[in-house]
Amino acid sequence: MTSIQASQGSPYARILSIASAVPSRVVDNAEMCTYIDSSDEWIQQRTGIVERRWVGEGEDAESLSLDCGGRAIERAGLTPEDIDAVIVSTISQFVQTPGLAPIVAAKLGTAGAAAFDISAACAGFSYGLAQAEALVRSGAAHHVLVIGVETLSKVTDLEDRSTAFLFADGAGAAVVGPSDTNGIGPVVWGSDGNQADAIFMTQSLQEVAATGTPSWLHMHGQPVFRWATTAIADAARRALAAAGLTPDQLDVFAPHQANNRITDAMLRHLKLPDTVKVARTVKYYGNNSAASIPMALDAMLQSGEASSGDTALIIGFGAGLVYAGQVIRLP
Amino acid sequence: MATTEEIRTQLAELVNDVAGVPVEDVQLDKSFTEDLDVDSLAMVEIIVGCEEKFGVSIPDEDSKQLKTVGDAVAYIESHQ
Ligand SMILES: CC(C)(COP(=O)(O)OP(=O)(O)OC[C@H]1O[C@@H](n2cnc3c(N)ncnc32)[C@H](O)[C@@H]1OP(=O)(O)O)[C@@H](O)C(=O)NCCC(=O)NCCS
Repeated sequence: MTSIQASQGSPYARILSIASAVPSRVVDNAEMCTYIDSSDEWIQQRTGIVERRWVGEGEDAESLSLDCGGRAIERAGLTPEDIDAVIVSTISQFVQTPGLAPIVAAKLGTAGAAAFDISAACAGFSYGLAQAEALVRSGAAHHVLVIGVETLSKVTDLEDRSTAFLFADGAGAAVVGPSDTNGIGPVVWGSDGNQADAIFMTQSLQEVAATGTPSWLHMHGQPVFRWATTAIADAARRALAAAGLTPDQLDVFAPHQANNRITDAMLRHLKLPDTVKVARTVKYYGNNSAASIPMALDAMLQSGEASSGDTALIIGFGAGLVYAGQVIRLP
Repeated sequence: MATTEEIRTQLAELVNDVAGVPVEDVQLDKSFTEDLDVDSLAMVEIIVGCEEKFGVSIPDEDSKQLKTVGDAVAYIESHQ
């Protein structure tokens, strides 16, 4: 019998670089309150959000992806030809096909890298990272560009006062490559499709065509809050344990930036020591879904709050419902 | 089986942990929202905390009825 050769990967993978693209348009709570019946005080108290970013003139999911993707490749000390797979996690590619990833791969100048989109909402970055890590270790790819990008402002219902103040735009990217030491811990992930109606689009594309009215991203906030502060806090604890670490060995905790109140509740469950630096970028960026974790990590690294070599626990969670978390070494 | 006072004390610790309300303020006649300034998200955490602490299950339609500390303590007592 003939034998089929297997691919040979690297023993370990790590994140070589992180970059983010912050949209230009600042929408503060005062402006938000011209659209919905609310107040700066209520929004800050319930979520910690002071302002959010929306795409401005000339910005869209593609331009944000190219911006942060290009800089992530540069920061990794690589050229676009070194990238052999591009994974774009987004719910803001507003056609079913083609995916955004092949377009981004071409415009960045990769040599026809494998490219595909994934749909895992606010867990998208951690889902993409888990795949990138597996691709590098299996040998299916050597350098993978993972991008989380959203323009949720395009699907935000400004007549829905229970969600309008939350959703925002942005992008973040990471390059994952081979390593002699491990830089990405085991992924702890899962889904609960029984709660598919907790965060949802109000209409299918067919219904949009038939009714001529837009489809909005809506959410039942309290069940999601309950799920995030219980099941997801526990998943974060398991991701830390799966990496063989204890809370005192952690430098950074960067959960998906949905709401500071969720982050606070997770901290109570995880009992992390005060020395752990906690991502709070929701304050200035709002909830950027798949982009929020790399945006938070880049902001913390650029400001010096976090440092290269730090051990960070990340966890994403959102529509599906889906979640994924892992421990990473910051580049 | 925990007594009314034991349940109130444990509930007070929970409300303190979640919402920072001083434990001595958590008395049976106090309304969570009106008197203790507990908002809807903190209430979700308190309900979940009660389920874990006291081994009861509190469905949404019941939790909406728990306006005062006394309501919650009575609910826990009768469902333990
Ligand atoms: C969205 C969220 C902040 C809403 O908070 P909530 O406490 O559930 O809000 P509710 O709709 O129950 O409303 C609570 C009260 O605030 C009021 N309210 C609701 N929206 C308001 C707004 N924008 N401004 C002012 N008041 C508002 C309601 O009328 C209600 O008042 P009442 O108690 O007097 O009737 C919260 O549910 C949440 O963050 N959930 C998690 C969702 C999340 O982050 N998901 C992301 C996953 S990707």
